[in-house]
Amino acid sequence: MAGIVDAVTENKGAGVLIIACGALAREINALTAMNGLDHISLTCLPAILHNRPEKIPDAVRQAIREGREHGFERIAIAYADCGTGGYLDRVCEEENVPRIAGPHCYAFFSGTDDFLARGNADMDAFFLTDFLAKQFEAFVIEPLGLDRHPELRDDYFGHYKRLVYLVQVEDAALEAKARAAAERLGLAFEKRVTGYGDLADFVRGV
Amino acid sequence: MADDDIVLSELSDDDLVAQMHDDLYDGLKEEIEEGTNILIERGWAPYNILTEALVEGMRVVGEDFRDGILFVPEVLLSANAMKGGMAILRPLLAETGAPKLGKMVIGTVKGDIHDIGQNLVGMMMEGAGFEVIKLGINNSVEDYLAALEEHRPDILGMSALLTTTMPYMKVVIDTLKEKGIRNDYIVLVGGAPLNEEFATAIGADAYCRDAAVAVETAQDFIKRKHNQRASA
Repeated sequence: MAGIVDAVTENKGAGVLIIACGALAREINALTAMNGLDHISLTCLPAILHNRPEKIPDAVRQAIREGREHGFERIAIAYADCGTGGYLDRVCEEENVPRIAGPHCYAFFSGTDDFLARGNADMDAFFLTDFLAKQFEAFVIEPLGLDRHPELRDDYFGHYKRLVYLVQVEDAALEAKARAAAERLGLAFEKRVTGYGDLADFVRGV
Repeated sequence: MADDDIVLSELSDDDLVAQMHDDLYDGLKEEIEEGTNILIERGWAPYNILTEALVEGMRVVGEDFRDGILFVPEVLLSANAMKGGMAILRPLLAETGAPKLGKMVIGTVKGDIHDIGQNLVGMMMEGAGFEVIKLGINNSVEDYLAALEEHRPDILGMSALLTTTMPYMKVVIDTLKEKGIRNDYIVLVGGAPLNEEFATAIGADAYCRDAAVAVETAQDFIKRKHNQRASA
């Protein structure tokens, strides 16, 4: 994973480095721009690690160390647990860096407390964020082999009933993609406008 | 037919079994069904077809999955092919009294609707000679307890795909402890976000990272159980 901090070319003195999942890059850049948070630098790990969560903790640890080599003393992690089974939190503890709370990005976009409070009410929901709606083919269809073997759809999604599209920024074209995704998976479509959820406070607070 | 140039019925037994391994690897369900029927017609014992043609083929699939050569879609296709062969063999195995290694109850925990892992483990366990009772998805403590009471298995398997649902495994195990029946069962757990440390922390007997490991682990525990009985 060499060179993952290549985008960070200078330490901005008292600046903060956010190490994020690539699926959050657009949202974090929007939040820093919107709030004039010029002290924040952003570096992202490949979003496709979403499909290999066991690789995330080590990749984050390496990015933290590279960030420190670039002179950043303050680093924050914009990653949910993302299926690492608590290993990512262990890395964050060992490296003494904060992480945004939440089991998944769709939890913190929804507001993690609210998301967890819903309990099993969303058990049958498959979530898309803006990023996943845009990258549905590359991050859902292709890794699951549904482009080559559409007959596997019900093996993966047979117990799901709804596709819930969590909207960060309203965009008619993206919504159309999300609706098409729901149809392709044979699921009912539901839209929830979440905005940036807990990510906004996290970025402002680092 | 596996290939335009290959007529399964014209192959020798050895070549047919080797071809079935290839067809399983490639996820060719119809070819596996055809090969299974040919071996039955040739007088093979159902148990030998299961172990030599199907399970051995799936063993290679499992190894290549573990080594990162095959991925979930390919494994699912192979599993579906094996399912085709199993459907033919199952009634014959019951008739011929094939050896049973033990019994397993397996289900996905409450709040979780993912059953791919459970299905793969169930099929591989069945292929290895275990009787498998699948509870499906979203199982509460009560569901597990009722199944244990009804089926009296050797092994309880629990599966979870989500960080948010895996803690429920501890709820089930703690309930077994409260009722004083925890040690009556071998408890195996699995699922993408789990790891050995979690399994130990919640009081499971073992974490199984994939279906092949689940079979090996179950066989190992059953052997130990028999040895303990023999030495008691």
